[in-house]
Amino acid sequence: MRRIMAVLYKEFLQIRRDRMTLGLIFMLPLVQLLLFGFAIQTEVKHISTVVFDQSLSADSRDLLESFSASGYFDVTMAVNSYDEVTRMIDSGKAKVGIVFPPDFSENVRRGTSAAVQVFVDASDSMVSNQAIAVANFIGMIKSQEILTSKLRVGAAPYDIRVRPWYNPDGVTAYYMVPAICGILVTLSMVMLTSMGIVRERERGTLEQLMVTPIKPYELMLGKTLPYIVLGYIQITVALLVGVLVFHVPIKGSILELYILTLFFITASLGLGILVSNIAKTQMQAMQLAYFIFLPSILLSGFMFPRDGMPKLIYYIGNLIPLTYYLDIIRGIVLKGIGFSYLIGQVISLLVFSVVFLTISTLKFKKKIA
Amino acid sequence: MEDIIVTHDLTRSFGKFVAVSKLNLNIRCGEIYGFLGPNGAGKSTAIRMLCGILQPTSGTAQVLGYDLLNETEKIKRKIGYMSQKFSLYDDLSVEENLEFYAGVYEVPLKESKSRVAEMIEMANLTGREKEVVANLSGGWKQRLALGCAIISRPSLVFLDEPTSGVSPTSRRMFFNIIQGLANNGVTVMVTTHFMDEAERCNRIAFISGGRLMATDTPDNLKKNIIRGYLVELAVPDALEQVGRIEALPYVSECNIHGPLLHVLLEHESNAADLRTVTGVEPKMITPSLEDVFVTLAKS
Ligand SMILES: Nc1ncnc2c1ncn2[C@@H]1O[C@H](COP(=O)(O)OP(=O)(O)OP(=O)(O)O)[C@@H](O)[C@H]1O
Ligand SMILES: [Mg+2]
Repeated sequence: MRRIMAVLYKEFLQIRRDRMTLGLIFMLPLVQLLLFGFAIQTEVKHISTVVFDQSLSADSRDLLESFSASGYFDVTMAVNSYDEVTRMIDSGKAKVGIVFPPDFSENVRRGTSAAVQVFVDASDSMVSNQAIAVANFIGMIKSQEILTSKLRVGAAPYDIRVRPWYNPDGVTAYYMVPAICGILVTLSMVMLTSMGIVRERERGTLEQLMVTPIKPYELMLGKTLPYIVLGYIQITVALLVGVLVFHVPIKGSILELYILTLFFITASLGLGILVSNIAKTQMQAMQLAYFIFLPSILLSGFMFPRDGMPKLIYYIGNLIPLTYYLDIIRGIVLKGIGFSYLIGQVISLLVFSVVFLTISTLKFKKKIA
Repeated sequence: MEDIIVTHDLTRSFGKFVAVSKLNLNIRCGEIYGFLGPNGAGKSTAIRMLCGILQPTSGTAQVLGYDLLNETEKIKRKIGYMSQKFSLYDDLSVEENLEFYAGVYEVPLKESKSRVAEMIEMANLTGREKEVVANLSGGWKQRLALGCAIISRPSLVFLDEPTSGVSPTSRRMFFNIIQGLANNGVTVMVTTHFMDEAERCNRIAFISGGRLMATDTPDNLKKNIIRGYLVELAVPDALEQVGRIEALPYVSECNIHGPLLHVLLEHESNAADLRTVTGVEPKMITPSLEDVFVTLAKS
């Protein structure tokens, strides 16, 4: 116990004095979230939109109003020909073009379907998908409104609305912020623990420690426990940014989130120690950390939904702790679900932690070469 | 006197290369045992094996009465080790380094403070307790490293080239500390490249190419290793003359010492001939440890 405490205290002193560590813990979540979050938000909302209204009627203005009100389309430009619409989109001045035919209003009134053309610049798939989805959605809702008013009944016979659950506005920040928290924690934990041990090896202090009576598990505990605290600090900073800046609502229990986060932090720490067993220099440790980091981003469901992945890739994704943590953090923050739905994920992370930490402790010999 | 370290054919190879070959040593309780040899001789390798951090390829040893191969952790409780590069935490202060090792060696909390103070006093670190190690100069770091190594009051201390790269005054101060430890009954095994330090050891082992070449007291080594008649020769162009003199039939060795040559003759009577060949009067000298060192390293 005395020995673990000695290592713990020493680590705390060193962390407190190390600017890089503190920077990683506080600045990384701030900078990453702000960059990432704003980048996503501004791209998808406020899509510059050009309009060619040949109908110039109350009906066309009404529909246009709905487009603007959605917040996704900034209808700021009006032109007088197809050519001009095409030119605006080609030159990138507009990402979406809306064209009302001259007989738009008549068609609406007559009850024959009134066509509106919406052109989308599909070179940016993220934007175009969003634009198409929202345009369709607006079209549907408006049609229903018109239908119900025509039939002069109180409500439409069927009120079918596609509602994106958990994230009704399709705000990507909601979806991304919790996931970024997870990414940041793995990256920092793997990097800090592996570098922490490799640094001692490089400086020769590890050799000095090997001559002392300290036991491998005592050294591991003393060197990793402080990072659990750092992991929590980091995730707190990240969540605060999410809530205060991006107004991400936390639907579930924060306490539960914090408790389950422990398993993810320990799994990441275990991975870090494992890396330190392999890496000989701090440089190698850093590279290995990135080597782990990349598949974490690509295969965990952070970027791409896992359902659409080929079987093999899907199974590889199962071997990544982040995969499970994304379920946990998105589940609790966005869906408000609790522990009972996440038992499988928690057990998986627990298994990762135990396996990683046991292998590293067994592999760590108090011998050089 | 009883032996604190006994090794039996202790050997370590790295791949095909044999760094330490069949080392047989007896180190007595309470002595300062010097470990000498050229770079790459295998001194550090031998010490690391004796500390239990390097697995011997073959052979064994008893350290403090424990078996080196099976009771490594028991040995580690009772020894102190200072590695060739001072392994301190640069970002911690003098005091914090000492406190850390006090903790790792499980010095009771109550005693820890006084033990740290004792080390600071012993190692002449007074006044710099709060200083971060990175700001200390070589001599201070070296004494702090010693303090960290002996904070558990071990009865056996291994010091691997503790005095490389520090000033002569620091070296002298350091060796006084070592002598103080020995006076209190601590056995010290120390490697060094300095002859004045070697002179202060009770006994010396000389190793070269992984092999033990000789082990004895400094005086005995000087008496027994050099067989023949050693003279000093003040020739003006020493460097050019070495080859010619060495080729003489009665010269067993010729080495450069500063501006002078040390020539080992087979017999006293050869001195006269040497004078006629070189035109310089040879002066009889008693061999120094350095002469012993050079002779052993050549053989
Ligand atoms: N881990 C290792 N792997 C391979 N070779 C090694 C290893 N450690 C030491 N050696 C080799 O063993 C030989 C003896 O090294 P050692 O460090 O014991 O020498 P030394 O006597 O301490 O030298 P110095 O006076 O320079 O400190 C050297 O040739 C060295 O290159
Ligand atoms: Mg050495």
